[in-house]
Amino acid sequence: MNVVLKGWRPILVLILLIIAWEISCRLFNIPGWLLPAPTEIVQEMVSGWSNYNGHLLATIKLIIIGFLIGSSVGIFIAVCLHLVPFLRQAFYPILIISQNIPIIVLAPLLVIWFGFGMLPKIIVITLVCFFPITVSLLDGFRQTDRDLLHYMQMAGATKRQIFWKLEWPYALPSLFSGLKISATYSVMGAVISEWLGASKGIGVYMTLASSSFRTDRVFVAIMVIIILSLLFFLFILFLEKRIIRWKTGEEGNAYESA
Amino acid sequence: MNQLEIHNLAKFYGTKKVLKDISFTVRDGEFVSILGPSGSGKSTLFQMIGGITKPSSGTIYLNGKNINGKRGHISYTPQSASLLPWRTVLENVVLGQEIAGKKDLEKARKMIKRAGLEGFEEAYPHELSGGMKQRVSFIRSMMSPQSLILLDEPFSALDEFTRLDMQQWLLPIWEEHKKSILFVTHNIEEALFLSDRIIVFSSRPTTIKQEFSLPFPRPRDRKILLTDEFLHWKRKIYQSLSGDESEQLSK
Repeated sequence: MNVVLKGWRPILVLILLIIAWEISCRLFNIPGWLLPAPTEIVQEMVSGWSNYNGHLLATIKLIIIGFLIGSSVGIFIAVCLHLVPFLRQAFYPILIISQNIPIIVLAPLLVIWFGFGMLPKIIVITLVCFFPITVSLLDGFRQTDRDLLHYMQMAGATKRQIFWKLEWPYALPSLFSGLKISATYSVMGAVISEWLGASKGIGVYMTLASSSFRTDRVFVAIMVIIILSLLFFLFILFLEKRIIRWKTGEEGNAYESA
Repeated sequence: MNQLEIHNLAKFYGTKKVLKDISFTVRDGEFVSILGPSGSGKSTLFQMIGGITKPSSGTIYLNGKNINGKRGHISYTPQSASLLPWRTVLENVVLGQEIAGKKDLEKARKMIKRAGLEGFEEAYPHELSGGMKQRVSFIRSMMSPQSLILLDEPFSALDEFTRLDMQQWLLPIWEEHKKSILFVTHNIEEALFLSDRIIVFSSRPTTIKQEFSLPFPRPRDRKILLTDEFLHWKRKIYQSLSGDESEQLSK
């Protein structure tokens, strides 16, 4: 309810933009292959469902597998770097450099090395997914409350107890901010990886549409990608709300800062 | 028996001296307060007793054993209540036991009830007031297997009324369990009301200025706060503390 009340302004802007788009398409008689009107896009989205539902399913499957693997890798790297200071010093800069290599450049190489199967696609998604998770989780570990850490250490807690009882739960909110970013990135990663060469997927559907000047279908693909990203984001948000229940109202507590 | 014995403890970081010539004892079941200006190296002292910082020289004995740099022998209650926000009150109270190996939920429930927190066992820390959080933090230490508790200005973030309530609340619970407490504060009245002995620290480099044994009988009542004897002690300790300032000014 609250979200709807607060979100009316962007929704209004969006609706106005779409109306302006629709009107200018009709007013200036813009041909459909150049820029289809929103109504045409919606029409194609509904009537062309059977054309792209197979592609959609393939992409969703790829996103889920890629995201699961990518986030596991991200979490694993963060935990390793956190627990072994030497690894952290040695690998952290390399991690940052790895993010400066454009995926688009790397993708053809992956095809040369690993062929057209599932593997290079999952590698692409993993590469875009793991970084936000690793960085935010590492940050979360580092921000562990000093007082609590001292309490645990003086009470004689082992490194393992400190990790599981304190550091891991403390870093969960940070982990979720990483997961939220990665969730939307993984959709993008999946589409890019499908451009490399695949028989099915929204990326394939999009390439086919643009090469045959079915601009309306390109827009359908864009819409589908936006909706997928949003749904995925909302799903992670929902998980976060379910798992991190203790956060509610913490900011409003006057004693916390005293 | 002397539970905690500290011999000629000193700590410096590089050439900067934080603590020097610290020697004192805490007997079994005794309540000892350390009174000193803020920033007088009290937290460094606690970190050394707790084993997370090593002293530059000197020795810390607990029950006759050298515990320099050894962890797990004391229970520490930091200035902020330091409860785990994802655990309920009950789960927080048993944390100290959990670290040591075995938890006793029955006893924990009893302690929570005794502490006046009945009905809050399943509440999360963010649902509690500052005073309640400190109570939970304190009974966590009481439930821990260690026999020495370090309290680091536990009431300093509370308002005056809550602070008075907390002091009166703390004494009977402590008297029942007879653990040794080393208590850091910068509030003279609080130190006088709670302790058996007061150790006055000077500011940096921190040394022990004076030590006082207090004659007030136990169990203590809030009424003693207004007796002549109490005020006399308050003056005495105030002079001991402020002598420090005049010394510093003349330097």
